[in-house]
Amino acid sequence: MEIDIIKKQVYSSTEIDRVEGQGIEALKAGSQQVIPDPDEWLEQERKQAEFFEINVLLTSVDFFLNWARRSSLWTVICFPACCAFEFIATSASRFDIARFGMENLRASPRQADLMVTAGTLTWKMAPQVKRIYDQMAEPKWVIAMGACAISGGTFAQSYSVVPGYNRIIPVDVYIPGCPPRPEALLYGIRMLQDKIAKTSNILR
Amino acid sequence: MTIALSGKEVGTKLEEKFPGSIVESSQDSLLVKSEFLLPVATYLKDTPGFDFDYLACITAVDYSDYFEVVYHLTSLERNHSLVMKTRCYGRDNPSLPSVVSLWRGADFQEREIYDLMGINFDGHPNMKRIFLWQGFEGHPLRRDYL
Repeated sequence: MEIDIIKKQVYSSTEIDRVEGQGIEALKAGSQQVIPDPDEWLEQERKQAEFFEINVLLTSVDFFLNWARRSSLWTVICFPACCAFEFIATSASRFDIARFGMENLRASPRQADLMVTAGTLTWKMAPQVKRIYDQMAEPKWVIAMGACAISGGTFAQSYSVVPGYNRIIPVDVYIPGCPPRPEALLYGIRMLQDKIAKTSNILR
Repeated sequence: MTIALSGKEVGTKLEEKFPGSIVESSQDSLLVKSEFLLPVATYLKDTPGFDFDYLACITAVDYSDYFEVVYHLTSLERNHSLVMKTRCYGRDNPSLPSVVSLWRGADFQEREIYDLMGINFDGHPNMKRIFLWQGFEGHPLRRDYL
């Protein structure tokens, strides 16, 4: 059966598929190692404690900046699978994520600074998630939510699933669970806020 | 409630119309020879009394010796259903006729079967992978994958 001219546009051309496949293969080949977690804040925390003694002004600026950043985390929408429902429950009235200043879910990564990776990531979806992460403005953080986001979970051995988001993007906080309860997600968000509070911006 | 037609009764009627087309038939299903698939499907769709105007589902099973493709047909007009199966042999390049020309809903499902099982559907307008990316090696739902 030939494709009708009028229906031709519903079928993408094979050239697009080939380029997409090459991109996915390249990303997969380049993501065999785990990206180390960004934990330089531990060192910064030590330095901050030292500098607190000599320069009160800078630490106050730090405190103010970190307070502003952590108190209004805007989340980019990256919900590939079922953990999204727990996130939706968390953002709804019962658990009410707005208490922590982050009820805004952004469809645009340019206006977001937190990515909650709620769900299984397949290699076919991975370039898009990486692009969303790359488009987010600094400073930005990532919470890996659920077993799939941490390690691939049940699908870790699968032919099509990325074994953990930290293969393609650096992850700040890991929340275990399949899926995590909303309480666990809130706890993870509080942990991230604590982490942001300890970041030093001036002494970088 | 949708009435499931007996594969035996339908098979007897089809055998009269297309001699040698039915390999076996049971209460639940009927097994059609693959070269008769398209005429039999056309007949089931267009004949008054059958009117299978809706293809609910296509799926495929790997039995190592052969692949079996299962068509779940439904008639919304007469509210009855039928399970039709067909087999294709060979693991290198198995192929079956496509039923997209009859039921457009078969489009994505045949592509899925091609993607995961590696069965080619001759006459499909857009026979390429749907879930996995172009360049993926192998067909992962086959028994001999990995």
